[in-house]
Amino acid sequence: MEKMRFSLYRYNPDKDAKPYMQDIEVEVDATDVKLLDALVKLKAVDDTLSFRRSCREGICGSDAMNINGKNGLACVTDLRSLKQPITLRPLPGLPVIRDLIVDMTQFFKQYHSIKPYVVNDTPAPERERLQSPEDRKELDGLYECILCACCSTSCPSFWWNPDKFVGPAGLLAAYRFIADTRDTITSERLDNLEDPYRLFRCHTIMNCVDVCPKGLNPTKAIGKIKDLMVRRAV
Amino acid sequence: MSVPVRRFDAVIVGGGGAGLRAALQLSEAGLKTAVLSKVFPTRSHTVAAQGGISASLGNVQEDRWDWHMYDTVKGSDWLGDQDAIEFMCRKAPEAVIELEHFGMPFDRLENGKIYQRPFGGHMANFGKTPVQRACAVADRTGHAMLHTLYQRNVRANTQFFVEWMALDLIRDADGDVVGVTALEMETGEISVLHAKAVLFATGGAGRIFSASTNAFINTGDGLGMTIRAGIPLEDMEFWQFHPTGVAGAGVLITEGVRGEGGILLNCNGERFMERYAPNAKDLASRDVVSRAMAVEIYEGRGCGKNKDHVLLKLDHLGPEIINQRLPGIREIAIKFAGVDPIKEPIPVVPTCHYQMGGIPTNYKGEVVAPKGDNPEDRVNGFYAAGECACASVHGANRLGTNSLLDLVVFGKSAGESMIEFIRNERPAHKPLPENAADYSLSRIARLENQTNGEEVADVRTAMQQVVQRHAGVFRTQEVLEEGVKQIKAVAERVKRTQIKDKSQVWNTARIEALEMDNLIEVALATLISAEARKESRGAHARDDFPDRNDETWMKHTLYSREDFKLSYKPVHNQPLTVDYIAPQKRVY
Repeated sequence: MEKMRFSLYRYNPDKDAKPYMQDIEVEVDATDVKLLDALVKLKAVDDTLSFRRSCREGICGSDAMNINGKNGLACVTDLRSLKQPITLRPLPGLPVIRDLIVDMTQFFKQYHSIKPYVVNDTPAPERERLQSPEDRKELDGLYECILCACCSTSCPSFWWNPDKFVGPAGLLAAYRFIADTRDTITSERLDNLEDPYRLFRCHTIMNCVDVCPKGLNPTKAIGKIKDLMVRRAV
Repeated sequence: MSVPVRRFDAVIVGGGGAGLRAALQLSEAGLKTAVLSKVFPTRSHTVAAQGGISASLGNVQEDRWDWHMYDTVKGSDWLGDQDAIEFMCRKAPEAVIELEHFGMPFDRLENGKIYQRPFGGHMANFGKTPVQRACAVADRTGHAMLHTLYQRNVRANTQFFVEWMALDLIRDADGDVVGVTALEMETGEISVLHAKAVLFATGGAGRIFSASTNAFINTGDGLGMTIRAGIPLEDMEFWQFHPTGVAGAGVLITEGVRGEGGILLNCNGERFMERYAPNAKDLASRDVVSRAMAVEIYEGRGCGKNKDHVLLKLDHLGPEIINQRLPGIREIAIKFAGVDPIKEPIPVVPTCHYQMGGIPTNYKGEVVAPKGDNPEDRVNGFYAAGECACASVHGANRLGTNSLLDLVVFGKSAGESMIEFIRNERPAHKPLPENAADYSLSRIARLENQTNGEEVADVRTAMQQVVQRHAGVFRTQEVLEEGVKQIKAVAERVKRTQIKDKSQVWNTARIEALEMDNLIEVALATLISAEARKESRGAHARDDFPDRNDETWMKHTLYSREDFKLSYKPVHNQPLTVDYIAPQKRVY
């Protein structure tokens, strides 16, 4: 047993006029290795603490939060690697509903705006559409996104224009479909991003790359979309 | 008290693979469909499936759906219904091709076809030699499938109710299903969703165990709602222990690791599976491998300072295969076991993984319950698919990669049945019973007003410890009887759960208490069904009855909540078109 110190962002619209930081200690065991383990302990002590969580292995994307100033997933963050007091805040830039829970409507709206599905209006063959291993490899580093929003909510351009800038997660997805040899509407996809805000608000600050818990690189994908834009312009 | 009523043609509870596949069918047919999900759909537990989805595409070697069917019947230890198994295995190639057409990013062979890998129990020629049948997206097949299905539903304009929890099933005086009650987490508001047809696709309840590969959300909500509505649960004694959960953390390591050539070692460095399954070795069925591991550990050949796990070695595959085919496993091993599998083996233990039993259905996804002399009378308007349902294709033990297949085949088939039912049998809504929400409201009110009660976290831990100790890999009469006694005592405590958080907005304490009501029903069903079954079959292994007893026990268990009553119904031994696969001794 050891005690760990936390500073938690708290806000319950039912009773708090405004948010506040709560200093709290919790006893953890040797088996509590990830930040999420400690959060579960904290909730057992105070059941009013609210956060999302599900898979506890970094694949569902539920428990993204701002951990000591950096966005990440609680379930894959080593508890003992964190400096105390461990400061937890909701993801920045999105409206807070309660405690560590943010309203992700705007984030998903941007994701939906890029038509996140393969479009191929040629008649479907009886068997699979063929794709070479090399062409399939183009999707690696793109399709693995878990929509946790760590990237978009660490991006200043997304903070300023969440309604106009698609953001790194949405753009990574946009390139995932552009890069898919089975998709036939690349030019429509590019038209959809040809706008001073939707794509071009990315100023390659690369916060997205720095925080992605899956090690993906949205900046690189955005660069490739920009290249395609340039190439089709000349 | 009146609550808002929302009206739909179809209501689907659950946004995982089965729910999304059904939703697509209904939305594309132009029916007004609502999908309720406790989490944003891509966070459903389907996302965690790793190894693959089975289909006899024959992309690598010759394969046939009837070989797949044989493997599934054998895997089920002859408890699976052969009509449903035939239906699933026949439909598998078409279902996988459809996913590919939806845009699922399958790995590819040199010729551009879908990549298929070996997996446990997948054999050619009626059990003779291994065959590559598992269609894979690296070791992220579930993630790729779930996201693809969600994306396709975005295209079809399916209406989602994200972060809504269904509370109870609404049945009218005829026993027909006419809707559900549900809680919107963001507001705390209770609504009635009035529907012509309701589908449960709520997933499993692996969280009844303390060591589980399952997500926090896998609390058996559909099972709790079903049994509270007076419909029994089928075959709840059968829980699959996956051989390779990360020791301590419980996180899943796919069987695909062994499919790619990984092997299990005991403390002597011995590949012990050669002794237990000389033919299939490390790729025997999961129940067989899990029991072998448990025996090794029990007999003192476990690894580590407590000799409490075995090792999964894959470094001999080389970094290239590991990085290409098993990148997610490498990530998990580094994060949760502190080892890089390119250099070191991963410590693993059998871990609760999958619920074979569930809400009784036929292969059309229609829920069936005993009525008079008919053990399988259709419950009008009620459907179930995926892990929460028991069709029964998995019987006493599920084959790896048949779960993702189950989701899409039965999700689609349930969707089609619902469309037919809505068009032909219930074109107009059946009226709601008066005060349709009263039962749910009374449950919420009980929770709000409870004093001197029990902490949810305490009773949950108590339940998990009882189930873990008394319904594990090895079971005996004594252990099970004691388990039944103890779980009934925990159930009494669950009636008095209490929460401190009384607010309306995103009250997760309330959600966890409501989930506890569902978990305890599943835990009771599990122990009571297991205590009664005096044989060993598939995942239900009893030291005191080590053999399968087809004469007495080749039958499905039905557990009812009222007086903890058990009844039984026959296994369907008539396939749809092919010959019955007669029981044999199960050797791998």
